[in-house]
Amino acid sequence: MRKGAVLAAAVLFLTVALVGRAVGQPKTIRALPPPNVSGARFSPQQVAAGRYLVILGDCMPCHTVTGGAAFAGGRPIPTPFGPLVSANITPDRETGLGGWSSDDFYRALHEGKSRKVGNLYPAFPYIHYTKVSRADVDAIYAYLQTIPAVTSDPKRDQLPFPYRIRQLMAVWNWLFFEPGAYDPDPNRSAEWNRGAYLVQGLGHCGDCHTPRNVLGGAERRKRFRGGAFPGWFAPDLTDNRSVGLGSWSDAELLEFFRTGRNVRTAATGEMGEVVAYSTSQMTDGDLRAIITYLRSLPASPEATVSLPGREAMAAGEAIYRDQCSACHRMDGSGVRRLFPPLAGNANLQQANPRTVARLVLVGAQTMPTDPRPTAFTMPAYAWKLSDRQIADVLTYARNSWGNRAAAVSAEDVAKLRRQLKPRAAIAPVPRGSMLHPAPGTLAKPGTDSRDNGTAHAGRAAAPEADRNPRNTTGPPGNMDLPKHKPHRHEAQGPG
Amino acid sequence: MVPLSATRLPSIDVVLVGFGWTGAIMGQELTDEGLSVLALERGPWRSTPERFPPTFAQDELRFYYRHELFQRPAHETLTIRNKPSETALPMRVLGSFLPGTGVGGAGVHWNGQTWRFLPSDFKARSHNAERYGAAAIPPAMTIQDYPLTYDELEPHYDRFEYLCGIAGKAGNLNGTIQPGGNPFEGPRSREYPTPPMPQGYAPTLFAQGAERLGYKPFPQPSGNMSQAYTNPLGVQLGPCTFCGFCEKFGCGNYSKASPQTTILPVLLRKPNFELRTESEVLTINVDRSAKRATGVTYVDAEGREFEQPAELVVLCAYALHNVRLLLLSGIGAPYDPVSGTGVVGKNYAYQVFSTVDVFFDDKILNPFIGAGAHGMVVDEFNGDNFDHSGLGFIGGGYISVLQTGARPIQTHPTPEGTPNWGSAWKRAVAQNYLRSTFIPTHGAVMSYRSNYLDLDPTYRDVYGRPLLRMTFDFGENEHRMSDFLTDRAAEIATAMGATRITRNYRKGSWDVVPYQTTHNTGGAIIGDNPQDSMLNKYSQSWDVPNLFVMGASAFPQNAGYNPTGTVAALAYYAADAIRTQYLNSPGPLVPA
Repeated sequence: MRKGAVLAAAVLFLTVALVGRAVGQPKTIRALPPPNVSGARFSPQQVAAGRYLVILGDCMPCHTVTGGAAFAGGRPIPTPFGPLVSANITPDRETGLGGWSSDDFYRALHEGKSRKVGNLYPAFPYIHYTKVSRADVDAIYAYLQTIPAVTSDPKRDQLPFPYRIRQLMAVWNWLFFEPGAYDPDPNRSAEWNRGAYLVQGLGHCGDCHTPRNVLGGAERRKRFRGGAFPGWFAPDLTDNRSVGLGSWSDAELLEFFRTGRNVRTAATGEMGEVVAYSTSQMTDGDLRAIITYLRSLPASPEATVSLPGREAMAAGEAIYRDQCSACHRMDGSGVRRLFPPLAGNANLQQANPRTVARLVLVGAQTMPTDPRPTAFTMPAYAWKLSDRQIADVLTYARNSWGNRAAAVSAEDVAKLRRQLKPRAAIAPVPRGSMLHPAPGTLAKPGTDSRDNGTAHAGRAAAPEADRNPRNTTGPPGNMDLPKHKPHRHEAQGPG
Repeated sequence: MVPLSATRLPSIDVVLVGFGWTGAIMGQELTDEGLSVLALERGPWRSTPERFPPTFAQDELRFYYRHELFQRPAHETLTIRNKPSETALPMRVLGSFLPGTGVGGAGVHWNGQTWRFLPSDFKARSHNAERYGAAAIPPAMTIQDYPLTYDELEPHYDRFEYLCGIAGKAGNLNGTIQPGGNPFEGPRSREYPTPPMPQGYAPTLFAQGAERLGYKPFPQPSGNMSQAYTNPLGVQLGPCTFCGFCEKFGCGNYSKASPQTTILPVLLRKPNFELRTESEVLTINVDRSAKRATGVTYVDAEGREFEQPAELVVLCAYALHNVRLLLLSGIGAPYDPVSGTGVVGKNYAYQVFSTVDVFFDDKILNPFIGAGAHGMVVDEFNGDNFDHSGLGFIGGGYISVLQTGARPIQTHPTPEGTPNWGSAWKRAVAQNYLRSTFIPTHGAVMSYRSNYLDLDPTYRDVYGRPLLRMTFDFGENEHRMSDFLTDRAAEIATAMGATRITRNYRKGSWDVVPYQTTHNTGGAIIGDNPQDSMLNKYSQSWDVPNLFVMGASAFPQNAGYNPTGTVAALAYYAADAIRTQYLNSPGPLVPA
């Protein structure tokens, strides 16, 4: 009774706060800042271990803004209720973690409680980090205490009333949060336990890949069966052969984690950043442990799907031939490691077609990695295809070459288009490129090219289009970037 | 123009002026050496997703007719005349050639036809004089030998071909002639990285016709991919879809070798590389001794001027711009056609192009299936592959059917005698679009005393600098050679079983209006000594040893092939010399 009332009041807020995972993270893949281990406070071994744990936790993207100092926070995580802003976790005494003890830091990760602001929102994934051992948390603390301190005090509480009341999180925690470090399963191998520790803990994979209930709590019975969040659907990771990882070999998984590419798919958007900042920098041992654990996830049940309409299939095939077959081929086979195959493509066949509809609407760019430096692009079709056409071509691709998935409706596409439009650039064909250099299109000379127009030259691992929020084919992350001052190429970019 | 004081920027190891093929190659090579490298590009940033994604890459009006990827004459052009006695006038609309601008340069909109010059092309003067006598070279013809041999350049051709994944069939592997390839080519150290493109119907008919005449047709070496390719840098290209939009277009499918699809994904990730776009270099600066370049002065899009000091300056702009920058900067003695002295602007050359139209009644050729370098070629009449005795010319060219894609606005083939408009014209186009092709001949142009580049005395650009002035015409040698090639092409057309043919000889003076080729060469040529050439064999300035000049401006005369392969090979050759010799001991690499 009491629970029910509280739940009803908090439902929207909680859902949003939880799913407001940082989308649109810094696009320039940067090296972690070097620690200063000259003091006697931490051993170099502990600091080095902490640095690697920070990679395992994928901490950098959310706590760094594009062009800003590493870990200085300030990254807005947009939600329909207002932005959530990440914290400065550099050792600055006033604005960062400089005054924090290791106990304070452990409480934040383990209990979701900040020394400064009280209850944290679960956009900070403490519901997963609670599994991390005290020794590992201390090592992360040691690393974060030795990186350059940056004074930066981003205005974090920008949520409107009543969502800004952090105390409400106590209720949510009581309902959905189970604090407790990872408890190894003695019946499983050490490798499996290591994998489980990483996936459930620092990796916080379930944050996206586990479905949530109406209140935003993880649906534990459906763990890793794929999760929806604004504009995306993170795919099923279970042993299901059509929508999960059941048909992937271990070698394919390993290649994906290392390079962002394999013969089945290519990492874009959110997962692209996970690969760039985290999995591509993990040790082989940890990747193998993760794979061992993922392999043990029982397959999700096969969905029952009714046959799509003949009309939609015919229209879809014509559109596919015209618009898609050059890269993905008429038989859906794609081009190995360049253009993902659509035959047997798990992402394409998810029950929720949000991700693939998004890819067609606004396009995407594969995340470049050292072994696979080319950022291939899926172009945006929002300006070119109607909702009906996109629905039909998706229905066709979801039901051809052995694929089976529910038909996509034009209404679904229209809804997504509306969602994406205010934030993204469903832009017309660029016209400004007709002009030779116009005034006002240049950044100041001497500025770091990563932060001026040449930045979208794709310097570091940043796909060039990433930097331009008005880009027709920018990767999905762009959708969620707040508007910012145009830099040099935008003034003559698409528009 | 009011002179602005330039802001002096921190010094850097290397500044590259221009960021097309040679800029990307030099950037990659010199950053590998650990140098800090800055590239200044006058045009905008360009990438596949932003400028030519597959959703609109095939927009013929936008890209070809409205010149989206090319230099804009309103910003910069040059003045043109055929001979020194005429007054040059500005080219206000692009025509005969289409210089690129922006990242990737003309390497974005090229066709991908990737050639090596013949060994004898590197000995244009001595080889012809030896075989045909000194009298075969008229006094006004100022051709020179290259200061290096084909064999010296071979490893560097090879590097470029493997960078790009060039599709082809070797005709000469280490001296052994290979069936199916070009039997006239110089020896290759290894096979092409990828197999030839599959051939369409028109190139197949051409090859059959050529074989009937005893020639040895071979597939055009192609920068359009016959299959997916991962190059030595790890950069990937996709297989060509034969959409027919290469020539004057950017490729939306990552299927055409360009700086963007072969080098930039790796180069732009390097911390010791920086690219500044929309930054146009005004001058190369030299110190008081005029023996050392101190850097460059450039202007940004807002008109702000900056001085960028550098230890090494590498000109990587288009051939014509390289020459103009040298002239504007007062580096090297300007060429004087009267006395024949001076080197900057000397030996400007071009390409001579003719066609034979081929019409069938009974064959559907599907000419819209195309790619920029998709076709079959015969090389029997190129360079000195044939006996020129009694012909009255030297040099030659290749003859081919290159099915680059019969794009709808451009392609309306009609046989001779068809009205130029009205229903009869429409019927003829409808009848012939699918049933016709054409055979281009792609001829060399020798260099002449009166073909040269200098600064125009009258016309200036937006920054107040004199425009480049081009003085150029075809010589008698070129007309004779081109007519000879045209007749050979017509014979092949007949052997193909054509219903009718039209011979389009190259007549009269060079005309700047119709598109011919963007193969402008010479003006800052390489040679054996500072009296005859601007640069030594390593493309290093004789006068200013820390200045290197890339590009086809280095060609002493133009051969019968497309220039890109040789331009890139010379860039790799120069980069290798910088890495292995110059950096150890900065100074002249060849004693003057």
